[in-house]
Amino acid sequence: MSVQSLVTRLRTFLPPESVLFEAEDLRPYECDGLSAYRQLPLVVVLPRNEDQIAQILALCHETQTPLVARGAGTGLSGGALPHAQGVLMSLGKLKQIIEIDPLARTACVQPGVRNLAISEAAKPYGLHYAPDPSSQIACSIGGNVAENSGGVHCLKYGLTVHNIMKLRVLTIAGELLEIGGESLDSAGFDLLALMTGSEGMLGIVTEVTVKLIPIPEKAQLVMASFDDVQKAGNAVANVIGAGIIPAGMEMMDKITIHAVEEFLHAGYDLNAEAILLCESDGAAEEVVDEIARIHAIMQQSGAINISTSQTEAERLSFWAGRKAAFPAAGRVSPDYYCMDGTIPRKHLADVLQGIEYLSQQYGLRCMNVFHAGDGNLHPLILYDANQPGELEKAEEFGGKILEMCIRVGGTITGEHGVGMEKINQMCTQFRTGELEMFHAIKAAFDPQGLLNPGKAVPTLHRCAELGAMHVHRGEEKFTDLPRF
Amino acid sequence: MQVILDQFKATVAKAYAQKTPLQIGGGGTKHFYGNAVPQTHMLLDTRPYHGIVAYEPTELVITARAGTQLADVQALLDRHGQMLAFEPPFFGESATLGGCIAAGLSGPRRAAAGAVRDFVLGVRLLSGKAEDLSFGGQVMKNVAGFDVSRLMAGAMGTLGLLLEISLKVLPKPPVDLTLRMAMDQASAIEVMNRWAGRPLPISATCFTDGMLTIRLSGAESAVKAAHVKLGGEELDDGAAFWQSIREQTHDFFQSPQPLWRLAVKSANAPMSLPGNVLIEWQGGLRWLSCDDPEAVERIRKSAKEAGGHATLFRRNGLATAVFHPLDGNMMRIHRVLKEKFDPAGILNPGRLYPEF
Repeated sequence: MSVQSLVTRLRTFLPPESVLFEAEDLRPYECDGLSAYRQLPLVVVLPRNEDQIAQILALCHETQTPLVARGAGTGLSGGALPHAQGVLMSLGKLKQIIEIDPLARTACVQPGVRNLAISEAAKPYGLHYAPDPSSQIACSIGGNVAENSGGVHCLKYGLTVHNIMKLRVLTIAGELLEIGGESLDSAGFDLLALMTGSEGMLGIVTEVTVKLIPIPEKAQLVMASFDDVQKAGNAVANVIGAGIIPAGMEMMDKITIHAVEEFLHAGYDLNAEAILLCESDGAAEEVVDEIARIHAIMQQSGAINISTSQTEAERLSFWAGRKAAFPAAGRVSPDYYCMDGTIPRKHLADVLQGIEYLSQQYGLRCMNVFHAGDGNLHPLILYDANQPGELEKAEEFGGKILEMCIRVGGTITGEHGVGMEKINQMCTQFRTGELEMFHAIKAAFDPQGLLNPGKAVPTLHRCAELGAMHVHRGEEKFTDLPRF
Repeated sequence: MQVILDQFKATVAKAYAQKTPLQIGGGGTKHFYGNAVPQTHMLLDTRPYHGIVAYEPTELVITARAGTQLADVQALLDRHGQMLAFEPPFFGESATLGGCIAAGLSGPRRAAAGAVRDFVLGVRLLSGKAEDLSFGGQVMKNVAGFDVSRLMAGAMGTLGLLLEISLKVLPKPPVDLTLRMAMDQASAIEVMNRWAGRPLPISATCFTDGMLTIRLSGAESAVKAAHVKLGGEELDDGAAFWQSIREQTHDFFQSPQPLWRLAVKSANAPMSLPGNVLIEWQGGLRWLSCDDPEAVERIRKSAKEAGGHATLFRRNGLATAVFHPLDGNMMRIHRVLKEKFDPAGILNPGRLYPEF
């Protein structure tokens, strides 16, 4: 459909300021947090309520126009990259907190509400929303649902899927689905799980009910430095082996430590090969006990330096370095590319060694930050987009890291989603049968493939052309597909 | 095990080709649960495909075949000071892991720790076309592809024959303490919800017969401090009490009347329905023992109005649909998904909903 007729139709039910089509108005929407991929849509729409969303969907459905939903645009996998022939729907105007029920400990919010805004609204009741992705100040709950976002506290408190109760969803055909409930489970299939992390492929979330949990009485942090990455990895296993589930367990490698120290002067140990941050939270008595045990384990695991936060200010300053890892990468390098593999923790030292080897091979530096408790690795590949060919080299390097994650029994994405970015690695992680099932699930909700087309699940054709095939138990894939 | 797997594949492939329904069964301990299916459906016994595939305590993950005895899984975890934190009911010694996941039932710790589905990390299954498919994995965080693994929890075997399941496991708390205090139902619901909103180590709650029982779990210091804050009388054999709730051997569950399971908004006031009530999950789970066949519609309606749904958990002679009816849109999605996973409709047809 032409831009002009699309705009005309949209304006019959949307105010003029909710329909953008001039190039300069579209520009802010050309990419999400992964700026290496850019594309202008035909039109951007900014609905303000569910009724307008329904009418936009109906129009796209009738005219067979692709539709991409976008929250705050902080995603790191290109999941909200617009479609050149499509409509981009920003849900940023739907930012009403509809209800907080302090007794039942739930909040019902519109999809554009910021993650942190929920916790802020719940704070007077001593409650908060647990998942805290690093972008929580900006990212929206609708986007969190689409990506099944995690955060530094998710080993103990879970991901988005563990912390939401109910979704109102509109399918592209305009069916309203009420998924989940105010109860702890619901009748039929667990569509709440299926919808969470579905990257805007199955339906548009128009309302989210989240679970709120008590703000911990106390939180304290142990910072331990190690002269060997393997020792730090063992320390993580030792803490968990001792029956402790830390509220947060983060690791940084040497190059990251140096980069953030230069940036922040947080007092990090520059002699360390790795630094571990291990947080305990909960009832005051429990935290005191746990911190003492963590301290002892770090010592037994060979830490060369151990500090325990004595005040809230000190705890936050220990965290500041970890939280500054990405901006620090931005200071030491013109560009960086953030990866998101998850591995069984026992393979950490091997994987880091592998990354070091690749780093030398590609001639690109790589900083490693690691949600160590749950095995989620974020290598930050440093490159300069102004050097011809460096972006491609960085992407290839990243792809190799993800393939290494798969080889050790992990996954290509722990929390950032597949989006546009990791679509090729999906061919390595999954076989034809699984990919076909993903397409079948997509078709159950969106038979014409109008919602976020081309993302998250690669076509079999694409995988065959790539040749990056996963040979599983000796079976070859795509035997039914022609080769070129 | 390959031989057994090949047999399973052959059985499913044949059923698919001939469109002859299968009933998937393990230890048969949850046979009572769900809609009755004709006994003429050929039984596929999952138990031969058993055994722990991988378990590393420090990775917090266990992978086992679906036919593995749940008791074996639990005993292994127990030896390493770990547990299935959703505290699954067995309903009999022969319960299997596959049945536990397919039924999707969680025990007393559910409100504090999460449900079965929250701990499922990955599954390997046979689809209704006998395709051997793997979803999810053995790591804590994984957002590659749609979350098919969790979709299997509670699907009653209608979407696939589970082969292997990977679960997140957690350390067992060092100390448990069970307290009880007398109060009426309305106060108990309010108190359970209020306490759940404070940072207290409450791992289970149960109200019945004018008595609120709560379990504290965690470090000794934290449990003691919470006991001081909450008061109440210490129950000597707390473990036996919680087991009787989880396994439904408690007196409340001995009634020959139909047993309803109402999952509702936790803070919902006492529901005016006929029959006896036992409440768990901070008010979110209400068991209703009710012999009034006329009350079915009222029970469904009240559960829905309370933000949830009602399941006829133990039919005990009452002939009505087990699971809460789905609205038209949800039923359409269910039917299409079923068709995608099981195009010939051979996997446990009718067990979840008569429509599929």
